[in-house]
Amino acid sequence: MTTTTLAVLVPLLPFLGAVAGLLLGRRAPGFVRPLAVLPTLLATCLAGVIAFQHGESDPLKAATELTPTGNAALPVELALHIDGFAALVLLLVGVVACCVQLYSTGYLREDRRYSSYAALVSLFTSAMFLVVYSDDLIVLLVGWEIMGICSYFLVGHYWETRAARDASLKAFLVTKLGDVPFLIGILALASEMGSFRISTITARLGSSLSGFHLDNPTLIALLLLAGVAGKSALFPLHTWLPDAMAGPTPVSALIHAATMVAAGIYFVARLLPVFAASAAALTVLALMAAVTMVGSALAALAQDDIKRVLAYSTIGQLAYMAGALAVADRGAAVFHLVSHGAFKALLFLGAGVLIHAAGTNSLAAMSRMRGLAQRAPDAYWTMTIALLALAAIPPFAGFFSKEAVLGAAEHAALGDAHGVPVGAGWTVLISGLATALLTAAYAARLWLRAFHGGTQDAPDHGREPAVMTTVLWVLALPSLAFGILYGVLPDWFDGHSLTPTLITSVLATGLAGVGGIMTYATWRHTTVFAARVPLGAVAAHPERDPAVSEVEAIVSHEPAYGDRAGAPDPADPGRLLLGPLYRHAAQGFHLDAVYTALVVRPVQAAARLVRFLDRTVVDTYVRGAGLGPRLLGSAVRRAQTGNAQTYLGALLAGSLVLAVAAVLVAAGTGGA
Amino acid sequence: MHLAYPAVLAVLLFCVGIYGVLARRNAILVLISVELMLNAVNLNLVAFDVWLRDTLHTGQALTLFIIAVAAAEIGIGLAIVLLVHRNRGTADIDRLRDLREPEGPDDEPEAPAEQGHSAGRQTA
Repeated sequence: MTTTTLAVLVPLLPFLGAVAGLLLGRRAPGFVRPLAVLPTLLATCLAGVIAFQHGESDPLKAATELTPTGNAALPVELALHIDGFAALVLLLVGVVACCVQLYSTGYLREDRRYSSYAALVSLFTSAMFLVVYSDDLIVLLVGWEIMGICSYFLVGHYWETRAARDASLKAFLVTKLGDVPFLIGILALASEMGSFRISTITARLGSSLSGFHLDNPTLIALLLLAGVAGKSALFPLHTWLPDAMAGPTPVSALIHAATMVAAGIYFVARLLPVFAASAAALTVLALMAAVTMVGSALAALAQDDIKRVLAYSTIGQLAYMAGALAVADRGAAVFHLVSHGAFKALLFLGAGVLIHAAGTNSLAAMSRMRGLAQRAPDAYWTMTIALLALAAIPPFAGFFSKEAVLGAAEHAALGDAHGVPVGAGWTVLISGLATALLTAAYAARLWLRAFHGGTQDAPDHGREPAVMTTVLWVLALPSLAFGILYGVLPDWFDGHSLTPTLITSVLATGLAGVGGIMTYATWRHTTVFAARVPLGAVAAHPERDPAVSEVEAIVSHEPAYGDRAGAPDPADPGRLLLGPLYRHAAQGFHLDAVYTALVVRPVQAAARLVRFLDRTVVDTYVRGAGLGPRLLGSAVRRAQTGNAQTYLGALLAGSLVLAVAAVLVAAGTGGA
Repeated sequence: MHLAYPAVLAVLLFCVGIYGVLARRNAILVLISVELMLNAVNLNLVAFDVWLRDTLHTGQALTLFIIAVAAAEIGIGLAIVLLVHRNRGTADIDRLRDLREPEGPDDEPEAPAEQGHSAGRQTA
């Protein structure tokens, strides 16, 4: 088989698995698990083969025309483009998807809707493969939208709960809000560059001989950025991601940490020359990244739900990647994307184990449990590794990738990067350093509160399924060691060095250390309060699915703590660290309230207006049009007396009148 | 004979017929009045046939045709009247008003089955 055939098989296998899973799910329940795991596993193996065959060599390209568009110069093509970026991201997606599928067999083992869930995860994986491989913008958009709809279904998996229903709708609407400008941007870009092929567009932009140039680079870049902001959860379209944690934990790991949100970053990385053509777009991207990373890190420090902490941290790390793109270093962005994908998937899957073991998703409740680390030792050790990677402590993967981003920002800030505004570099650098401090603080807070609490013994919920804990160790390996590859990866990417630079490394690691130590000190100070305020609603079903515990944890959080984000816990070190900001940070800085005031209320008012216009105004005219004939009809109906003689009399009188008239007319014309 | 005599006679017969159709209440008398009108027309046809000296005598032929049709018509008509009388106990045209437009939703036409039942008992 040629490499092209292998590459085509990669998205095709999970797709066929999804179709078979949906068709056979009810009739042959025994096949559901193999159908969920095997196609993804096989596709990942193929992706690995492709990566090692083609990672460092020239990009693999293949295309066949899919459909004409009415413009012979602009066909939609089923095109492949595999370079180092695609191969590496593909490998990440495959590995994470495999882990998630395996983990789900344990996590949702008794779930009634497991077959459709697994099929949707497969379909999602296939769509992400398509996005990564596709060289054609329209085909990429197809995968992009399939991911959107799969995300909607998967977030709403526990649709019995109101939170999941609301969250799935919100995720779908907010990402779609970005996708509309995104589609316009794609069409504008293709019409200016004369091709839907990404490789053609970047080649034409790169060469001065091609005769193509962008007339409106800023406009196109901003339109595309709207879609990217929706998908990759950048400010101001990030609000769907924390709420999407109402979905099952494996879904959060796959979609909202490692793959779907990475699609936006990956897209910008592929089309970086388009964005680099406009300094304004890069500045906007840098500002978005800066606001997102600092805001989300502050918000993460105040969340009580462990998954919401991780969600905000995802937003922050995505902003790091966006920051790397804003200083036009896509190597650093994809490097961070891959290492973040590994350790964040690990964090989410570990959080799933933890929620099952503790029977709650609330950090406030976990902080009152002694010995949670002993109850779930695999989760404890792997999450420790992942949190160290998240806080960018050397030598974990996150350190190298984050230093690559900060190094690129420093490079740009000193004016060494060609075509990148110096302001963008400084913005990313300063916010990145500030976020390094905050990231370490919330990572330490999560670790201390989840594992080192202790007033009463944690409930014993039995051992976790082996398949779930094994997956954690599989993912721990790249979280631990992926960063070492910083010397090899530039050959796969553009060739920019990814080696950490001294000043930023020392600064960022120092700040991270300060953040961690500050949190530890505050925690030591506040933890004495924990004994005074017993808290917690613990749901425990040791013999049932872990998913059951999660649903109950989601449902019981709001009645127990009065809020889905925060908990009124004086033992929270975040409360002391953030001071008066705490209340606002827990609410995500009230952005949801702003959207409610700015968008939801006007839309609802407009809907009420339309309803009024339809019911009262339009319908009145319709009823009025019917009224005249009705009145006339009821008047004429009176003549229908049922007496045949009356009818005959009227008939006779009528014919007499007609006859007389005819005679008169005849006489008149005859006389004339 | 002058044409005026049969023509005037036909007009008188026709008017009597119209009066009967419009004014009588008994269905049989209405049918008889219809016959009167038909025969007034027949008289006209024969008279004009003679007056025009038509060699083919189309008027007389049409008259014979009308007599045959009228016989069939009166047979069916009388049968209907007979059945109506059996079912309703009356042949009064003024009271046979089931096809009238109801005044309101409550004002349903009287149920025919019930009436027919009682009428059947009466005749029996």
